[in-house]
Amino acid sequence: MLGYYLDLALRSFRRNKVLTALMVLTLALGIGASMTTLTVLRLLSGDPLPHKSAQLFYVQLDPYPKDHPFSRSDKLPWMMSYVDAMNLLHAQRAERQAAMAMTRVKLASTQQRPFFDDGVMTTSDFFSMFEAPFQYGGGWSAADGESRAKVVVIADFLNDQLFGGANSVGRNLRINDQDFRIIGVLRHWAPQPRFYSLYLGGPNYGKGEAVFLPLQSARAAGMGPMSTMSYAGGDKEVLESAPSIWLGLWVQLPDAAAMSAYRSFLAGYARQQVALGRFERSRFGLSDLMQWLDSQQVVPGNVRMQTGLAFSFLLICMVNTVGLLLAKCLRRANEIGVRRALGASRAAIFAQFMAEAGLIGLVGGALGLVFALFGLWCIRQQPAEYASLVHLDGQMFACTFAMALIASLLAGMLPAWRACAVTPAPQLKSA
Amino acid sequence: MTLHPMIAALRKHKAGVVLIALQIALTLAIVCNAIFIIYARIQNVQRPTGMDENNLFLITQQWVGAPSGDDPASIQKLDAMLREDVNALRAMPDVESVTPINSMPLFPSSWNGSIALKPGEELREGNARTTYYFGDESLMKTLGLHLIAGRNFSAADVTNKGFRDPAEANMVIVTKALADKLYPHGDAVGKAVYLDGSNKPSTIIGEVERLQVPSVSSWASSFVWNSTIEPVRLNSNFSRYAVRTKPGRLDAVMRQVPSTLYGVNPMRVLDDDSVKSFKDIRAEAYRADIGMAALMGVICLILLAVTAAGIVGLTSFWVGQRHRQIGVRRALGARKIDILHYFQLENLLIAGGGALFGIALAIGLNRVLMSKFEMESMPVYYVLAGLAVVVLLGQIAVFVPARRASNVPPVAATRSA
Repeated sequence: MLGYYLDLALRSFRRNKVLTALMVLTLALGIGASMTTLTVLRLLSGDPLPHKSAQLFYVQLDPYPKDHPFSRSDKLPWMMSYVDAMNLLHAQRAERQAAMAMTRVKLASTQQRPFFDDGVMTTSDFFSMFEAPFQYGGGWSAADGESRAKVVVIADFLNDQLFGGANSVGRNLRINDQDFRIIGVLRHWAPQPRFYSLYLGGPNYGKGEAVFLPLQSARAAGMGPMSTMSYAGGDKEVLESAPSIWLGLWVQLPDAAAMSAYRSFLAGYARQQVALGRFERSRFGLSDLMQWLDSQQVVPGNVRMQTGLAFSFLLICMVNTVGLLLAKCLRRANEIGVRRALGASRAAIFAQFMAEAGLIGLVGGALGLVFALFGLWCIRQQPAEYASLVHLDGQMFACTFAMALIASLLAGMLPAWRACAVTPAPQLKSA
Repeated sequence: MTLHPMIAALRKHKAGVVLIALQIALTLAIVCNAIFIIYARIQNVQRPTGMDENNLFLITQQWVGAPSGDDPASIQKLDAMLREDVNALRAMPDVESVTPINSMPLFPSSWNGSIALKPGEELREGNARTTYYFGDESLMKTLGLHLIAGRNFSAADVTNKGFRDPAEANMVIVTKALADKLYPHGDAVGKAVYLDGSNKPSTIIGEVERLQVPSVSSWASSFVWNSTIEPVRLNSNFSRYAVRTKPGRLDAVMRQVPSTLYGVNPMRVLDDDSVKSFKDIRAEAYRADIGMAALMGVICLILLAVTAAGIVGLTSFWVGQRHRQIGVRRALGARKIDILHYFQLENLLIAGGGALFGIALAIGLNRVLMSKFEMESMPVYYVLAGLAVVVLLGQIAVFVPARRASNVPPVAATRSA
């Protein structure tokens, strides 16, 4: 039966070529614009570590004085002081924990002129907690960090650039004019968004950092964080003891029990700091990875606005399609009358018109896919830091057709309903 | 012609009428908000920075193996290296003026703080937020700023300090916007201010007409024109220089910069991004805004085209359906122009109704955008202009099918539909 309906649909398309082309084109434009922006939005608001994000938590404390709060809207500071980070780290109350700060490093090798790249100063659990895979070697131990060992883990792209992809473990890398021994090389690892770097002064998206250094070793070598803030007056020369916040602390808590235990530990810690006179407020925050990204509003306003615009556009295209389909099907009242008189039920007429709408949806979806590919190509030419990452994957490919089909079937419902309400007798008389 | 028969006729096509009206309403709501966004972005992009933007470029470089800058001796060493660079740049042919500087308007690096009228006050509320520019006596000439009161720094006023040294300069030049905020009576020159909660006063010695802060992000939107200039060479293992060239010699000088600086001292990092004309800095700062405005513009045009096509399609269908009635009217003495007017008036009614609903939608949408995207309230004339556009669009779109209707011969009345 469906074959027959599709055949009828094709005949009707051939009769009204311009009208049909117009419907397909408007639907395709709407679908193309929506899919382009949706693909970008999905990339930007995606889960950087889908298997693990529910176990990773970001910790916040509030060392700011009551009368000079961190924010007027009472948000918690998004970084932590060295003293607090080390206290929480050494308490070892979570399964894994790591403190980190971003830094800018000057890298030099014998062959090339020195160049700059991003680096992470962090503690030993970083790699196991964030599931960063090693190609060669491994990370450092907590003891290496404490002894300020000059060791470094490098990213795959830096290894390719400097050592042609060979096993470089054991070789030296000159960072900010000092030698560091390479102890590990990562496989390609660049979770998007850059959840651990974005609030520490690093980029929100992109290829990731080139080097990973033990926090204390990097500090001993004179490296500083990209972003620091002060919560009180006083000596700010030595960041470790200064009233400054500049670190991010992540903990891994495997289940709800561990989370509530950690929560009460944090509450106790904050109250203790108030009692010691270090803090004035005992507030704290423990947000899981996705909540944290959400609260940081990592998706740029422009992208959200474009997505809204594209979907409003699709809505107008759908209203337009409803109008044109309605006009088309009412013009065919005679044909409907004849089919009804020959025994077609109302359901059959309804199905016929829905099949026609669906066919428009499929063709519109195919054309919309072309528009979406073009739109994504345009976005890749933009200078935004996420631009090169934007691609249409299998899921979004299927989603394009699903959306086109749903949009066209929704648009086809009213015309099909009107068509099946046609009474055969008057139509036959007037014909 | 009375409206009564027309409304009676429209009642027979409720679905079609509602669809066209709805489409027009949505189009109006989106188009006038989009145009408002475009306008806001363009206005943002076009504001002058206060500098003479031609023949200006910025150099960013870092020394390799430079002293740390943590002790007085190494700071003096760094300062000597910086002055060596500045002198070499000043000696280049076709260079008019050079200053060491920490950033520039629209450049993605800034040093922000706040200025107070009382010592030791780190102002969050009530204080004037500001961005600091550090340079020497040539900064005014290099950037091409307009001094409107007081005087420029002299060479003797200029000091140097380490990058992390919190000491504040004895004197500053501020923008008029900042001066008026601190001293609303226009007598800021000669008065003392306290920078970043310092206990030591700094004297305002001059006022410049206008100088934008580096950041174009929304967080800096409350103090875009509050700039403070300090007569200080900042010493660290990296440095920036702003260079003004003779008219038309910008490219030639920029090409010569790497070899000149490597000639002074080869131990430094200078990459592709290190030497940048102000034109490029401006283009990069506003690329996202311009891209967004262009996208909005394209979508608006497509939207208007889609809506027009929808009106043509549906009206054509009505004309076909009423073929016989039109013939009857013509046979009864209606002129061609009457038929044309009938369809035009009908469209005006539908478009007008839709547009009224659209005005409400447009204002509602604007409120939503204001709450979510830090947008301003849309002035009424945008809505009125949008109304005019969609009504006009309706009239243009309806003209083709309406003219076809007016060409229906009276004899159609005698034929069956």
